[in-house]
Amino acid sequence: MNYNKQQAAAIKDLLYKIADDQLIIGHRNSEWTGLGPILEEDIAFSSIAQDKIGQSQHIYGILHTLGEKDPDTIAFTRGVKEFKCCHFVEYPIGEYDFSLMRNFLFNHAEAARFDMLSGSSFEPIQKLAKKYRGEIKYHTMHSDTWIKQLARATDESHNRMQKVLNDSFNLALGIFEESEHYGVLHEMKVFEGENSLKSKWLETIIPIFESALLKIPGQDSWKPSLGGRKGLHTGYLPALLDEMCEVFKIDPKAEW
Amino acid sequence: MKSHDPRINRLKLPENDKINEILHEPENWETYEVFHQKKRGEQHIHVGIVHAPTPELALILAKEQYARRRQTANLWVVKSSNVFATAYDDTDIFENVPEKTYREASDYYCMDKIRKYQQEHGIEDRKEQRRKSKEKK
Repeated sequence: MNYNKQQAAAIKDLLYKIADDQLIIGHRNSEWTGLGPILEEDIAFSSIAQDKIGQSQHIYGILHTLGEKDPDTIAFTRGVKEFKCCHFVEYPIGEYDFSLMRNFLFNHAEAARFDMLSGSSFEPIQKLAKKYRGEIKYHTMHSDTWIKQLARATDESHNRMQKVLNDSFNLALGIFEESEHYGVLHEMKVFEGENSLKSKWLETIIPIFESALLKIPGQDSWKPSLGGRKGLHTGYLPALLDEMCEVFKIDPKAEW
Repeated sequence: MKSHDPRINRLKLPENDKINEILHEPENWETYEVFHQKKRGEQHIHVGIVHAPTPELALILAKEQYARRRQTANLWVVKSSNVFATAYDDTDIFENVPEKTYREASDYYCMDKIRKYQQEHGIEDRKEQRRKSKEKK
Protein backbone atom coordinates (compact mmCIF):
# COMPACT_ATOMS: atom_id res chain seq x y z
CA MET A 1 0.00 0.00 0.00
CA ASN A 2 1.32 3.42 -0.88
CA TYR A 3 0.90 6.26 1.54
CA ASN A 4 1.07 9.94 0.81
CA LYS A 5 3.39 12.18 2.83
CA GLN A 6 0.79 13.09 5.44
CA GLN A 7 -0.30 9.49 5.92
CA ALA A 8 3.28 8.24 6.22
CA ALA A 9 4.06 10.93 8.80
CA ALA A 10 1.00 9.94 10.82
CA ILE A 11 1.97 6.26 10.85
CA LYS A 12 5.56 7.03 11.84
CA ASP A 13 4.39 9.29 14.64
CA LEU A 14 2.13 6.52 15.99
CA LEU A 15 4.94 3.96 15.84
CA TYR A 16 7.38 6.28 17.62
CA LYS A 17 4.88 6.84 20.45
CA ILE A 18 4.31 3.12 20.96
CA ALA A 19 7.96 2.10 20.71
CA ASP A 20 9.32 4.97 22.83
CA ASP A 21 6.87 4.12 25.63
CA GLN A 22 8.11 0.53 25.54
CA LEU A 23 11.81 1.34 25.36
CA ILE A 24 11.68 3.83 28.22
CA ILE A 25 9.48 1.77 30.57
CA GLY A 26 11.59 -1.27 29.68
CA HIS A 27 14.75 0.60 30.59
CA ARG A 28 13.22 1.92 33.80
CA ASN A 29 12.00 -1.51 34.88
CA SER A 30 15.41 -3.02 34.12
CA GLU A 31 16.79 -0.78 36.88
CA TRP A 32 15.25 -3.29 39.30
CA THR A 33 17.44 -6.11 37.99
CA GLY A 34 19.44 -7.40 40.95
CA LEU A 35 17.37 -5.35 43.39
CA GLY A 36 13.94 -7.01 43.12
CA PRO A 37 12.13 -7.86 46.35
CA ILE A 38 12.81 -11.60 45.94
CA LEU A 39 14.82 -13.64 43.48
CA GLU A 40 11.86 -15.03 41.55
CA GLU A 41 10.22 -11.62 41.17
CA ASP A 42 13.53 -10.05 40.19
CA ILE A 43 13.78 -12.54 37.32
CA ALA A 44 10.15 -12.15 36.27
CA PHE A 45 10.24 -8.34 36.34
CA SER A 46 13.56 -8.22 34.46
CA SER A 47 12.21 -10.58 31.87
CA ILE A 48 9.13 -8.40 31.37
CA ALA A 49 11.40 -5.35 31.00
CA GLN A 50 13.38 -7.23 28.36
CA ASP A 51 10.18 -8.15 26.49
CA LYS A 52 9.23 -4.47 26.26
CA ILE A 53 12.62 -3.47 24.91
CA GLY A 54 12.43 -6.33 22.40
CA GLN A 55 9.02 -5.16 21.21
CA SER A 56 10.29 -1.60 20.81
CA GLN A 57 13.20 -2.90 18.74
CA HIS A 58 10.75 -4.64 16.43
CA ILE A 59 8.77 -1.41 15.97
CA TYR A 60 11.95 0.61 15.34
CA GLY A 61 12.68 -2.04 12.70
CA ILE A 62 9.34 -1.28 11.02
CA LEU A 63 10.21 2.42 11.15
CA HIS A 64 13.51 1.61 9.46
CA THR A 65 11.62 0.01 6.55
CA LEU A 66 9.66 3.29 6.28
CA GLY A 67 12.88 5.24 5.73
CA GLU A 68 13.91 6.02 9.32
CA LYS A 69 17.37 5.20 10.65
CA ASP A 70 18.31 1.75 11.97
CA PRO A 71 16.91 0.65 15.34
CA ASP A 72 20.10 1.22 17.38
CA THR A 73 20.58 4.71 15.96
CA ILE A 74 16.93 5.52 16.66
CA ALA A 75 17.14 4.21 20.22
CA PHE A 76 20.51 5.65 21.26
CA THR A 77 21.21 8.83 19.34
CA ARG A 78 18.04 10.90 19.30
CA GLY A 79 17.75 14.05 21.35
CA VAL A 80 15.23 14.40 24.17
CA LYS A 81 12.72 16.35 22.06
CA GLU A 82 12.63 13.63 19.43
CA PHE A 83 11.24 11.12 21.96
CA LYS A 84 7.46 10.71 21.87
CA CYS A 85 6.94 8.73 25.07
CA CYS A 86 4.48 9.84 27.75
CA HIS A 87 5.74 11.35 31.04
CA PHE A 88 4.56 8.33 33.01
CA VAL A 89 7.28 6.01 31.70
CA GLU A 90 10.05 8.58 32.33
CA TYR A 91 9.52 8.81 36.06
CA PRO A 92 12.14 7.11 38.25
CA ILE A 93 11.28 3.65 39.54
CA GLY A 94 10.57 4.98 43.04
CA GLU A 95 9.67 2.24 45.48
CA TYR A 96 8.25 -1.08 44.35
CA ASP A 97 4.67 0.09 44.90
CA PHE A 98 5.09 2.79 42.23
CA SER A 99 6.86 0.50 39.78
CA LEU A 100 4.15 -2.16 40.14
CA MET A 101 1.29 0.34 39.86
CA ARG A 102 2.89 1.98 36.83
CA ASN A 103 3.36 -1.40 35.23
CA PHE A 104 -0.27 -2.30 35.92
CA LEU A 105 -1.69 0.94 34.50
CA PHE A 106 0.70 0.94 31.54
CA ASN A 107 0.33 -2.77 30.70
CA HIS A 108 -3.43 -2.48 30.43
CA ALA A 109 -3.15 0.55 28.16
CA GLU A 110 -0.64 -1.37 26.07
CA ALA A 111 -2.80 -4.50 25.94
CA ALA A 112 -5.80 -2.42 24.79
CA ARG A 113 -3.64 -0.57 22.25
CA PHE A 114 -2.28 -3.83 20.78
CA ASP A 115 -5.74 -5.34 20.77
CA MET A 116 -6.96 -2.40 18.66
CA LEU A 117 -3.88 -2.59 16.43
CA SER A 118 -4.47 -6.30 15.72
CA GLY A 119 -7.24 -5.04 13.45
CA SER A 120 -5.18 -2.26 11.90
CA SER A 121 -5.05 -1.72 8.13
CA PHE A 122 -1.28 -1.14 8.45
CA GLU A 123 -0.12 -4.72 8.04
CA PRO A 124 3.29 -4.67 9.81
CA ILE A 125 1.77 -3.33 13.03
CA GLN A 126 -1.23 -5.65 12.73
CA LYS A 127 1.09 -8.67 12.53
CA LEU A 128 3.25 -7.36 15.37
CA ALA A 129 0.21 -6.88 17.60
CA LYS A 130 -0.79 -10.51 17.04
CA LYS A 131 2.75 -11.79 17.53
CA TYR A 132 3.17 -10.29 21.00
CA ARG A 133 -0.32 -11.06 22.31
CA GLY A 134 0.96 -13.84 24.61
CA GLU A 135 3.82 -11.75 26.02
CA ILE A 136 1.53 -8.86 26.80
CA LYS A 137 -1.07 -11.14 28.31
CA TYR A 138 1.55 -12.44 30.73
CA HIS A 139 2.58 -8.87 31.58
CA THR A 140 -0.99 -7.98 32.54
CA MET A 141 -1.45 -11.25 34.46
CA HIS A 142 1.72 -10.50 36.41
CA SER A 143 0.67 -6.98 37.37
CA ASP A 144 -2.99 -7.94 38.04
CA THR A 145 -1.90 -10.66 40.44
CA TRP A 146 0.45 -8.36 42.34
CA ILE A 147 -2.03 -5.50 42.56
CA LYS A 148 -4.76 -7.80 43.91
CA GLN A 149 -2.35 -9.44 46.34
CA LEU A 150 -0.94 -6.21 47.77
CA ALA A 151 -4.25 -4.38 47.89
CA ARG A 152 -5.74 -7.17 50.01
CA ALA A 153 -2.79 -8.30 52.13
CA THR A 154 -2.47 -5.89 55.09
CA ASP A 155 -3.68 -2.38 55.96
CA GLU A 156 -0.23 -1.02 55.27
CA SER A 157 0.05 -2.61 51.83
CA HIS A 158 -3.53 -1.60 50.96
CA ASN A 159 -2.94 2.02 51.97
CA ARG A 160 0.30 2.18 50.04
CA MET A 161 -1.32 0.82 46.88
CA GLN A 162 -4.22 3.28 47.19
CA LYS A 163 -1.83 6.20 47.75
CA VAL A 164 0.39 5.26 44.83
CA LEU A 165 -2.67 4.86 42.61
CA ASN A 166 -3.81 8.37 43.56
CA ASP A 167 -0.33 9.76 42.93
CA SER A 168 0.15 8.10 39.55
CA PHE A 169 -3.29 8.40 37.98
CA ASN A 170 -2.80 11.75 36.23
CA LEU A 171 0.52 10.52 34.91
CA ALA A 172 -1.25 7.45 33.54
CA LEU A 173 -3.87 9.63 31.85
CA GLY A 174 -0.99 11.24 29.94
CA ILE A 175 -0.66 7.97 27.99
CA PHE A 176 -3.81 9.02 26.12
CA GLU A 177 -2.67 12.49 25.02
CA GLU A 178 -4.54 13.09 21.78
CA SER A 179 -2.64 12.89 18.53
CA GLU A 180 -2.62 15.64 15.91
CA HIS A 181 -2.80 12.81 13.38
CA TYR A 182 -5.96 11.30 14.87
CA GLY A 183 -8.15 12.10 11.84
CA VAL A 184 -5.75 10.63 9.26
CA LEU A 185 -5.09 7.45 11.25
CA HIS A 186 -8.77 6.94 11.96
CA GLU A 187 -9.75 7.47 8.34
CA MET A 188 -7.13 5.00 7.12
CA LYS A 189 -8.30 2.51 9.77
CA VAL A 190 -4.76 2.30 11.12
CA PHE A 191 -5.65 3.25 14.69
CA GLU A 192 -8.95 4.16 16.34
CA GLY A 193 -7.41 6.89 18.47
CA GLU A 194 -6.47 7.73 22.02
CA ASN A 195 -9.96 8.52 23.32
CA SER A 196 -11.27 5.15 22.28
CA LEU A 197 -8.17 3.57 23.82
CA LYS A 198 -8.76 5.40 27.10
CA SER A 199 -12.36 4.12 27.37
CA LYS A 200 -11.21 0.56 26.72
CA TRP A 201 -8.49 0.97 29.34
CA LEU A 202 -10.95 2.26 31.95
CA GLU A 203 -13.36 -0.58 31.18
CA THR A 204 -10.61 -3.07 32.00
CA ILE A 205 -8.94 -1.51 35.02
CA ILE A 206 -12.01 -0.38 36.98
CA PRO A 207 -13.36 -3.92 37.65
CA ILE A 208 -9.88 -5.07 38.68
CA PHE A 209 -9.55 -2.18 41.11
CA GLU A 210 -13.02 -2.95 42.45
CA SER A 211 -12.07 -6.54 43.16
CA ALA A 212 -8.86 -5.28 44.78
CA LEU A 213 -10.87 -2.77 46.87
CA LEU A 214 -9.00 0.18 45.36
CA LYS A 215 -10.61 3.32 43.99
CA ILE A 216 -9.48 5.47 41.08
CA PRO A 217 -9.51 9.23 41.82
CA GLY A 218 -12.77 11.09 41.04
CA GLN A 219 -13.08 12.44 37.53
CA ASP A 220 -13.11 16.07 38.75
CA SER A 221 -9.49 15.67 39.86
CA TRP A 222 -8.24 14.28 36.52
CA LYS A 223 -5.44 16.41 35.06
CA PRO A 224 -3.52 14.36 32.49
CA SER A 225 0.22 15.00 32.42
CA LEU A 226 0.54 16.18 28.81
CA GLY A 227 3.37 17.12 26.48
CA GLY A 228 5.37 13.91 26.17
CA ARG A 229 3.78 13.00 22.84
CA LYS A 230 4.94 16.34 21.43
CA GLY A 231 8.51 15.97 22.67
CA LEU A 232 8.10 18.06 25.82
CA HIS A 233 9.51 15.97 28.65
CA THR A 234 10.26 16.08 32.35
CA GLY A 235 13.87 16.39 33.56
CA TYR A 236 13.85 12.67 34.26
CA LEU A 237 14.11 11.76 30.57
CA PRO A 238 17.44 13.46 29.69
CA ALA A 239 18.98 11.91 32.81
CA LEU A 240 17.70 8.49 31.77
CA LEU A 241 18.94 8.92 28.18
CA ASP A 242 22.42 9.96 29.40
CA GLU A 243 22.68 6.72 31.32
CA MET A 244 21.01 4.49 28.71
CA CYS A 245 23.10 5.80 25.80
CA GLU A 246 26.41 6.17 27.65
CA VAL A 247 28.00 2.94 26.44
CA PHE A 248 26.65 3.18 22.88
CA LYS A 249 28.01 6.69 22.46
CA ILE A 250 31.58 5.70 23.40
CA ASP A 251 31.78 4.02 20.00
CA PRO A 252 28.61 4.22 17.89
CA LYS A 253 30.21 2.14 15.12
CA ALA A 254 31.11 -0.78 17.41
CA GLU A 255 29.75 -4.19 16.41
CA TRP A 256 27.88 -5.99 19.18
CA MET B 1 22.57 2.08 53.13
CA LYS B 2 25.99 2.22 51.39
CA SER B 3 26.79 -0.21 48.62
CA HIS B 4 29.32 -0.69 45.83
CA ASP B 5 26.38 -0.91 43.45
CA PRO B 6 25.40 2.64 42.31
CA ARG B 7 21.83 1.47 41.69
CA ILE B 8 21.43 0.59 45.37
CA ASN B 9 22.83 3.95 46.50
CA ARG B 10 20.51 5.73 44.09
CA LEU B 11 17.54 4.05 45.78
CA LYS B 12 18.41 5.76 49.08
CA LEU B 13 17.22 2.78 51.10
CA PRO B 14 16.63 3.49 54.80
CA GLU B 15 18.89 1.84 57.39
CA ASN B 16 17.18 -1.26 58.66
CA ASP B 17 17.72 -1.27 62.44
CA LYS B 18 15.13 -3.99 63.01
CA ILE B 19 17.00 -6.57 60.98
CA ASN B 20 17.51 -8.94 63.93
CA GLU B 21 13.81 -9.11 64.82
CA ILE B 22 11.94 -12.32 64.06
CA LEU B 23 9.69 -11.87 61.03
CA HIS B 24 5.92 -11.95 61.35
CA GLU B 25 4.03 -14.83 59.80
CA PRO B 26 2.97 -13.10 56.54
CA GLU B 27 6.55 -12.13 55.79
CA ASN B 28 7.64 -15.75 55.72
CA TRP B 29 6.52 -16.81 52.30
CA GLU B 30 5.92 -20.44 51.57
CA THR B 31 7.64 -22.60 49.03
CA TYR B 32 5.70 -24.18 46.21
CA GLU B 33 6.84 -27.19 44.20
CA VAL B 34 6.59 -26.57 40.46
CA PHE B 35 5.54 -29.21 37.92
CA HIS B 36 6.05 -28.60 34.23
CA GLN B 37 4.13 -30.14 31.35
CA LYS B 38 5.70 -29.93 27.92
CA LYS B 39 2.71 -30.94 25.78
CA ARG B 40 -0.93 -31.38 26.61
CA GLY B 41 -1.54 -35.02 27.56
CA GLU B 42 2.03 -35.65 28.76
CA GLN B 43 2.82 -36.04 32.44
CA HIS B 44 3.79 -33.07 34.61
CA ILE B 45 7.38 -33.31 35.75
CA HIS B 46 8.80 -31.75 38.91
CA VAL B 47 11.27 -28.99 38.00
CA GLY B 48 11.96 -27.06 41.23
CA ILE B 49 10.46 -24.59 43.67
CA VAL B 50 9.38 -20.94 43.92
CA HIS B 51 8.69 -18.72 46.93
CA ALA B 52 5.32 -16.98 46.93
CA PRO B 53 2.60 -15.75 49.29
CA THR B 54 -0.27 -17.31 47.29
CA PRO B 55 -0.78 -20.06 44.69
CA GLU B 56 -1.69 -17.39 42.09
CA LEU B 57 1.61 -15.59 42.51
CA ALA B 58 3.45 -18.90 42.62
CA LEU B 59 2.10 -19.64 39.12
CA ILE B 60 3.03 -16.18 37.84
CA LEU B 61 6.58 -16.52 39.16
CA ALA B 62 6.93 -20.16 38.09
CA LYS B 63 6.20 -19.17 34.49
CA GLU B 64 9.33 -17.03 34.27
CA GLN B 65 11.56 -19.36 36.30
CA TYR B 66 10.67 -22.64 34.63
CA ALA B 67 8.85 -22.03 31.35
CA ARG B 68 10.65 -19.18 29.66
CA ARG B 69 13.34 -21.26 28.03
CA ARG B 70 11.37 -24.38 27.06
CA GLN B 71 8.21 -25.51 25.35
CA THR B 72 5.36 -25.47 27.84
CA ALA B 73 1.69 -26.41 27.78
CA ASN B 74 0.85 -26.18 31.47
CA LEU B 75 2.24 -25.64 34.98
CA TRP B 76 1.17 -26.93 38.37
CA VAL B 77 2.21 -25.55 41.73
CA VAL B 78 1.73 -27.41 44.99
CA LYS B 79 2.57 -26.13 48.46
CA SER B 80 5.71 -27.94 49.61
CA SER B 81 3.97 -28.54 52.94
CA ASN B 82 1.33 -30.57 51.11
CA VAL B 83 3.86 -33.04 49.78
CA PHE B 84 4.24 -36.23 51.78
CA ALA B 85 7.46 -38.15 51.34
CA THR B 86 9.15 -41.34 52.45
CA ALA B 87 12.08 -40.98 54.84
CA TYR B 88 15.60 -41.36 53.49
CA ASP B 89 16.27 -43.58 56.50
CA ASP B 90 13.79 -46.01 54.97
CA THR B 91 15.49 -46.18 51.57
CA ASP B 92 16.15 -49.88 52.19
CA ILE B 93 12.47 -50.60 51.54
CA PHE B 94 13.15 -50.05 47.84
CA GLU B 95 15.82 -52.73 47.65
CA ASN B 96 14.97 -56.02 45.96
CA VAL B 97 16.73 -59.17 47.06
CA PRO B 98 18.98 -60.59 44.29
CA GLU B 99 16.77 -63.68 43.82
CA LYS B 100 13.81 -61.50 42.87
CA THR B 101 15.23 -59.64 39.88
CA TYR B 102 12.22 -60.98 37.97
CA ARG B 103 10.32 -58.17 39.69
CA GLU B 104 12.39 -55.57 37.87
CA ALA B 105 11.49 -54.48 34.37
CA SER B 106 15.14 -54.56 33.34
CA ASP B 107 15.16 -58.30 33.91
CA TYR B 108 12.89 -58.90 30.93
CA TYR B 109 14.68 -59.16 27.60
CA CYS B 110 12.19 -58.92 24.79
CA MET B 111 13.56 -56.38 22.31
CA ASP B 112 15.54 -59.05 20.45
CA LYS B 113 12.33 -61.05 19.95
CA ILE B 114 10.41 -57.94 18.80
CA ARG B 115 13.16 -56.98 16.32
CA LYS B 116 13.26 -60.52 14.94
CA TYR B 117 9.48 -60.45 14.41
CA GLN B 118 9.67 -57.04 12.76
CA GLN B 119 12.39 -58.23 10.37
CA GLU B 120 10.50 -61.36 9.46
CA HIS B 121 7.33 -59.43 8.71
CA GLY B 122 8.95 -56.42 7.07
CA ILE B 123 7.76 -53.99 9.78
CA GLU B 124 9.96 -50.96 10.26
CA ASP B 125 10.87 -49.97 13.81
CA ARG B 126 8.97 -46.85 14.89
CA LYS B 127 11.98 -45.30 16.56
CA GLU B 128 13.96 -45.81 13.36
CA GLN B 129 11.16 -44.21 11.33
CA ARG B 130 11.12 -41.13 13.56
CA ARG B 131 14.90 -40.82 13.35
CA LYS B 132 14.82 -41.03 9.55
CA SER B 133 11.99 -38.49 9.20
CA LYS B 134 13.89 -36.05 11.45
CA GLU B 135 17.01 -36.43 9.31
CA LYS B 136 15.00 -35.63 6.16
CA LYS B 137 13.92 -32.31 7.70
